[in-house]
Amino acid sequence: MFVWTIVASVVLTIAAFLAGQSRAAGMRMSGGVALHSLPSYHGMFLAAGAISGAIVAAIAAALVIGTQSIVMPVAAVVGAAIVAGVLYPRINGEFRARNSFERFILFVLIACSGVAVLTTIGIVFSVLFETIIFFREVSPLSFLFGTQWSPTSTPASFGFIPLLVGTFLITTIAIVVAGPLGLLSAIYMAEYAGPKLRSTLKPLLEILAGVPTVVLGFFAALTVAPLIRNAGESMNLAVASESALAAGLVMGMMIVPLISSLSDDIINAVPQSLRDGSYAMGATKSETIKRVVLPAALPGIVSAFMLAISRAVGETMIVVMAAGLAANLSVNPLAAVTTITVQIATLLVGDQEFDSAKTLSAFALGFVLFIFTLALNYIALRIVQKYREQYD
Amino acid sequence: MTEIRSDFVAKRYAAERRFKYYGAGALVITALFLLFLISDIAIKGFPAFFEHRATVEVTIDPAKVDAAKPQAGDFDGIVKDAFRSLFPAAKSRADRKALGGLLSQGAADDLRDMVVANPALIGQTLKVPALLSDDADLYFKGMQTGLKITAGAGTLQIAQSGEEYVITGDTGDLREGQIIRANGGALRITKLEGSTVVAEAVLAPETLNTAVAGQWDMLTLSVKEAERRVNDKQVVWMEQLRSSGVIEKSIAWRFFNSGDSREAELAGLKGALVGSLLTVAVALLLALPLGIAAAIYLEQFAPKNKLTDIIEVNINNLAAVPSIIFGLLGLAVFLNFFGLPRSAPVAGGLVLALLVLPTIIIAARAALKAVPPSITEAALGVGASKQQAVFQHVLPLAIPGILTGTILGLARAFGETAPLLMIGMVAFIADVPQGFEDAATVLPVQIYLWSDLPEIAFQSKTAAAILVLMVVLFGLNAIAIYLRKRFERRW
Repeated sequence: MFVWTIVASVVLTIAAFLAGQSRAAGMRMSGGVALHSLPSYHGMFLAAGAISGAIVAAIAAALVIGTQSIVMPVAAVVGAAIVAGVLYPRINGEFRARNSFERFILFVLIACSGVAVLTTIGIVFSVLFETIIFFREVSPLSFLFGTQWSPTSTPASFGFIPLLVGTFLITTIAIVVAGPLGLLSAIYMAEYAGPKLRSTLKPLLEILAGVPTVVLGFFAALTVAPLIRNAGESMNLAVASESALAAGLVMGMMIVPLISSLSDDIINAVPQSLRDGSYAMGATKSETIKRVVLPAALPGIVSAFMLAISRAVGETMIVVMAAGLAANLSVNPLAAVTTITVQIATLLVGDQEFDSAKTLSAFALGFVLFIFTLALNYIALRIVQKYREQYD
Repeated sequence: MTEIRSDFVAKRYAAERRFKYYGAGALVITALFLLFLISDIAIKGFPAFFEHRATVEVTIDPAKVDAAKPQAGDFDGIVKDAFRSLFPAAKSRADRKALGGLLSQGAADDLRDMVVANPALIGQTLKVPALLSDDADLYFKGMQTGLKITAGAGTLQIAQSGEEYVITGDTGDLREGQIIRANGGALRITKLEGSTVVAEAVLAPETLNTAVAGQWDMLTLSVKEAERRVNDKQVVWMEQLRSSGVIEKSIAWRFFNSGDSREAELAGLKGALVGSLLTVAVALLLALPLGIAAAIYLEQFAPKNKLTDIIEVNINNLAAVPSIIFGLLGLAVFLNFFGLPRSAPVAGGLVLALLVLPTIIIAARAALKAVPPSITEAALGVGASKQQAVFQHVLPLAIPGILTGTILGLARAFGETAPLLMIGMVAFIADVPQGFEDAATVLPVQIYLWSDLPEIAFQSKTAAAILVLMVVLFGLNAIAIYLRKRFERRW
């Protein structure tokens, strides 16, 4: 019935447009009335009225009766007709149709920008409600400080610490890989590479940035992890087949383009005069970079790293495919650990009843993840903003 | 004094060079990683675009296929019998089962479709290709076991003693596990005792005649029988098929035009591709108008105040929220609160729309900002209202930039997996979705599902599906780059 509702609304909207336009045009033709607005604005005014009437009526019908019945398209038709019928007599020479229509458009534009805010509110509330229900069953203290995570066993235990440690282990490996690689490549691209080399290197990093994480997960699980395990075995090291190292390495490579492109922008934003001053003192290029450019760019680079950490903590597919499921409390990069996102994904995949502590715990984890990444992002974006203003 | 100084300068220059090499090294490592990633997946995935089929001669017996109801005919039996008739010696139950294992469960599907489309074929005898099972297919692709065939150089005598065979003669170097084919049979070497060779029958030889050079050969398999999915007997049969020329290799079109299946050789991407298209279409239809409208408001109309600041900060933050959180939102709001169907493209599309909305808004704002204010001012100067100036002059000029950003957002939506796991798009769905409310899966989730399966054939399929996904994404990016180049305007 969705399709029919849309068809009915569109047809009536077009009809309203034509009716309004022809009425206004007819007035101009017959009476010689000087219209305030063009006839098409009168038409659009009526059309705006009709579509709002249709949408309101259809939503009302859907809420009261449901989306499956014929009532929805009928309600859309009736709503559109009533609103258009009420507004139709207002069309006369004096009527400022354009102003009314533009007010309507402005309202629509504001409403659209509000969707982003609504999304955030939606995220906060949907996660928060389930989290509150979860904390009625499991005490927040045992969640935050417990060292045992086994949501499926009986009795289930929801200790968050192993997940936190696992997440930070993998994130640390990723940053250790991505930090130097990303920063050094950004320095090279910004300071050493000529425009031609730069224009071939940039797409390379963009390709890497565009690789879907499910692809990286497959690569981590089926290629990198066995490589690491074989290498470890040849050195007589016990390496888990789902080692944190494999997931962390590949995740690090995923983050390289992020750090590199953010740092690149920031290094380019450092004013040339600072470099010129350093060269004038006889410093070499690398000395200038290390002692002048990087310190000047430091806040921006710190925020790039924070965004990278937030990205690594929230990354799901690589760890779902390449990291473990069992919550081992370990900081050994060769052992299998699990992460917050892995647990959210595994707890919520498949059919689940919505009131069990097991399902709700995923929302609690989501809440922690959301707050953590939000805080990192917010601080990082503020630093970048402040820093930009400093040199603008 | 000068010596010290030149030494000092040389040190500094060395440090300078080192530093430059570090930077270049970082880029080289990144490039090598990318190269390794792409070539690894290409090598793994490429064979999955091909399949092997055995041509068999079938007679469509009217007793087995009723002309009135050809769909219900016993095509499986017809194809299996025709295939088995290629090996008249295989009579025992175990042998027939092992032979059946070389054929796909869906080997008769093509024949069924053919006969249903043309019932006049009933009663005729025709040659049709029968799809091989994933194990046999992998064997012919050389991915099950490395096989080396050595032609026999000397003369061979075979003697039977009970269950065992004793091979003597000028055989050259032999190893345990090698298979000697002679006299229509195949013998696997079990023991080497000096110059006598003890072997057991894989296929019993028809005669015990002496085989001279050229009449026998030797198969060396690099993977032990216990570690592969085809046994020695099946290998011998498949080598017979290969040398009789009934095996044909062709492009596996069914990979693109059939849905998912539990059988690796039958599994295709059509369901996932259609699901992806439907889902991304929903996302695009919602996110594009919303994103452009929001960008126009924020860039052109919004007053500079606290509220606008909040919206801006909010959009920037939303762009960095982990995608799995959007999945939680979709699960709690769209599925549980609004009661949208699970696993459906509508729900997936809604989640992806919210996910790419910030990207589209940010790109659209940048495109709008790039249009110089003189355009607006000129329009206002000749009496246009602010909205007329924006919608009739600024927006058309910003459209290429907006489209570029949108396509990049689309590419992100196409490759997104995690939030769709939350709203149940991970179910096994064999049917191709017909509408926005049907259960469906999408390409990246299909990749995730296949990567989890233990069969080796599915590994190859997964890599092939990744190649398809990457081609789609490269295509989208190429369009975006083309648009940017074609319509780029410097003011």
